[in-house]
Amino acid sequence: MSIKTPNGFTLDSSGTRVVVDPVTRIEGHLRVEVNLDADDVIRNAVSTGTMWRGLEVILKGRDPRDAWAFTERICGVCTGTHALTSVRAVEDALGIAIPENANTIRNIMQLTLQSHDHLVHFYHLHALDWVDVVSALKADPKATSTLAQSISSWPQSSPGWFRDVQNRLKRFVESGQLGPFMNGYWGNPAYKLPPEANLMAVAHYLEALDFQREIVKIHTVYGGKNPHPNWLVGGVPCAINLDGTGAVGAVNMERLNLVSSIIDRTIDFIDQVYLPDLLAIASFYKDWTFGGGLSSRSVLSYGDIPERANDNSAANQCLPRGAIINGNLKEVLDVDLRDPQQIQEFVAHSWYSYPDERKGLHPWDGVTEPNFVLGPNTKGTKTNIQQIDEGDKYSWIKAPRWRGHAMEVGPLARWVIGYAKGIPEFKEPVEKVLTDLGLPVTALFSTLGRTAARGLEASWAVHKLRYFQDKLVANLKAGDSSTANVTKWDPSTWPKEARGVGTTEAPRGALGHWIVIKKGRIENYQAVVPTTWNGSPRDPAGNIGAFEAALLNTPVAVPDQPLEILRTLHSFDPCLACSTHVMSPEGEELTRAKVR
Amino acid sequence: MPRTARAHAMNEPPNILILGIGNVLWADEGFGVRAVEALAGRYRFGPNVRLLDGGTQGIYLVDQVRWTDVLVVFDAVDYGLPPGTLKRVEGAEVPRFLGAKKMSLHQTGFQEVLALADLLGEYPQHLLLIGVQPVELDDFGGSLRPPVKACIFPAIELALEFLAGFGVHGEPLDGNPGRLVDLPDPALSLDAYESGRPSEATACRVGDPRVLAAFGGA
Repeated sequence: MSIKTPNGFTLDSSGTRVVVDPVTRIEGHLRVEVNLDADDVIRNAVSTGTMWRGLEVILKGRDPRDAWAFTERICGVCTGTHALTSVRAVEDALGIAIPENANTIRNIMQLTLQSHDHLVHFYHLHALDWVDVVSALKADPKATSTLAQSISSWPQSSPGWFRDVQNRLKRFVESGQLGPFMNGYWGNPAYKLPPEANLMAVAHYLEALDFQREIVKIHTVYGGKNPHPNWLVGGVPCAINLDGTGAVGAVNMERLNLVSSIIDRTIDFIDQVYLPDLLAIASFYKDWTFGGGLSSRSVLSYGDIPERANDNSAANQCLPRGAIINGNLKEVLDVDLRDPQQIQEFVAHSWYSYPDERKGLHPWDGVTEPNFVLGPNTKGTKTNIQQIDEGDKYSWIKAPRWRGHAMEVGPLARWVIGYAKGIPEFKEPVEKVLTDLGLPVTALFSTLGRTAARGLEASWAVHKLRYFQDKLVANLKAGDSSTANVTKWDPSTWPKEARGVGTTEAPRGALGHWIVIKKGRIENYQAVVPTTWNGSPRDPAGNIGAFEAALLNTPVAVPDQPLEILRTLHSFDPCLACSTHVMSPEGEELTRAKVR
Repeated sequence: MPRTARAHAMNEPPNILILGIGNVLWADEGFGVRAVEALAGRYRFGPNVRLLDGGTQGIYLVDQVRWTDVLVVFDAVDYGLPPGTLKRVEGAEVPRFLGAKKMSLHQTGFQEVLALADLLGEYPQHLLLIGVQPVELDDFGGSLRPPVKACIFPAIELALEFLAGFGVHGEPLDGNPGRLVDLPDPALSLDAYESGRPSEATACRVGDPRVLAAFGGA
């Protein structure tokens, strides 16, 4: 039985149902069910967020100036980006202007996060969907060295180095302690790299792991501490004294030089290791064109990295803002987060109640009233679900829509928008990658395109980091060392009631916090996170979200090894956040794929 | 894997990391972080001792572990014991108890953090896990349950006793804490966190436990 969704996808829920629960190597809890046809091609996909969270539950009645510290804890990955979004929401509500240096330093913090998160995502969370670690044991180190030297001038590329890595890996695997490599489907025919490319990637997995610690030192310099940096409503909690000395106290020239040298080394690593690896791996998967989903039709970005402080216009955002719908790349539409008609959340297929579930609600009017019910076609029981009924409510994630459209957010969305706007710093790298790989522009709309956009963005971000670091130093040398505006710190200066919205482009996509402040306290707080967009269930009209769309029509080589499903889901860098649940030493470890 | 001991000058003290892990927003999951917070509020240590609120960080902690000779971890652990039971585990046994627990950074378990440090050739020589069996985890915005909270000071005593074996003694605090790498912001401190919680009538708390139970056996 097949149905056509309003957003143009065909769903067929006959065939074999496969359940993947939990999806591993992501943040939080996600379950996916798909239907495979007789040729093991995915014809229906159902994405369920199995965990509930409402920020208002912890924030109502608290001091808005403290909200960032709580939002920093909801997720282990996007700590800083939630904090930044939160202080922006409060500043927007209270009409607080920040100093130019504060804007620049926030951009540096955010770009540092982008560079770090993308690098770690590629090597430590996603590469294993493309790289067969066990196959690397069969590689010839000398041939690996030749391969590495043919694609990059990165100096660490001798046969001896690759032999050393191979020996380390061999000992690690032989000890039975597979650790990070435990969840792989090694030997699956969907892996296409020759052993030498696998060994090169494993070596860079280790180098990236060693190197990434350098990047986050930037957060410590400007945020005072890590892994949970300090933030401040009105600016940044970072005093600067160019003439100061020592490693503690105000940021001085020595600390600024440290940041500068980290940026240089990060540029080298991303441009000489990450990007060449990405292209090399992609060249073996050129015919794996699946996973595009919504990306060729509907993408959304709020924009971020404001060039100047206190100017929220689209033109002031270095990462472009806009929306593309119906695949019309000729027109990038304006996005207004305050307009009650634009962003709305629906709950017809989510475990919440609205007074009228045919309608959506803007986040300022958001209601979070849990309602856990299962549809009549559910198999199993409420406490032991065998198969979910997607005809009814089936996820703890709400379904956000932009003017009624399901949208993809994230690096690919941002780069498609930048490309469609014709902005050279986005358009040219995309065209270069496509030319180098000999691929048409349509190849961009795929799992591989999403992974490639993230790599291009990592490089873009670290070069922008250089730009904003230089801008900061120039401004400081010109005599402006102001980093915070505290004129509205005291709640007695606030209006009785105020509401605001703050946004960022988190590494994994558009993030918004909507706040209502009443008598100096938080009255309501709603967050729409990137994975709410990408992982959304269906809406009342039947539009499917980005995860579900991206999985459709993908062939699965081995049905009880959901490698292709994980590959596409991981390409979104999902983040369902944000709890850690203790399990027993013998508890669930591996992804379970159940064929029904 | 060969485990490389960091080269030390004769009388150089070992690098010691006292790490609290978990999420303070999920009731007893906050035990590890609260234990480090309490320790840092009462004792100071020399420059070779770091106190760290690791939160739910994954890969970030690899670097901290690589620096470490003696690692003490506070955490909520499912030992299969009665709720509120405090238990210490030492040495090679430690990863087994942290194995199934998915911390964060995309479910990087702390076992994985240890494995990655090992893969990079730097692994602590001594490990101590001080874990408490949680009473309640699925209470978003909630705090430690009384039996778990009562374990904080006994847990600190266990840590101090262990550290004494390495010649490390915490001095009662005189307002000048030792080498703190990261502790919760004051807005998140135990008292502020608990006293500021919205009432159940103001903000509905149900949801997560039911659905996790529902999917648990799927």
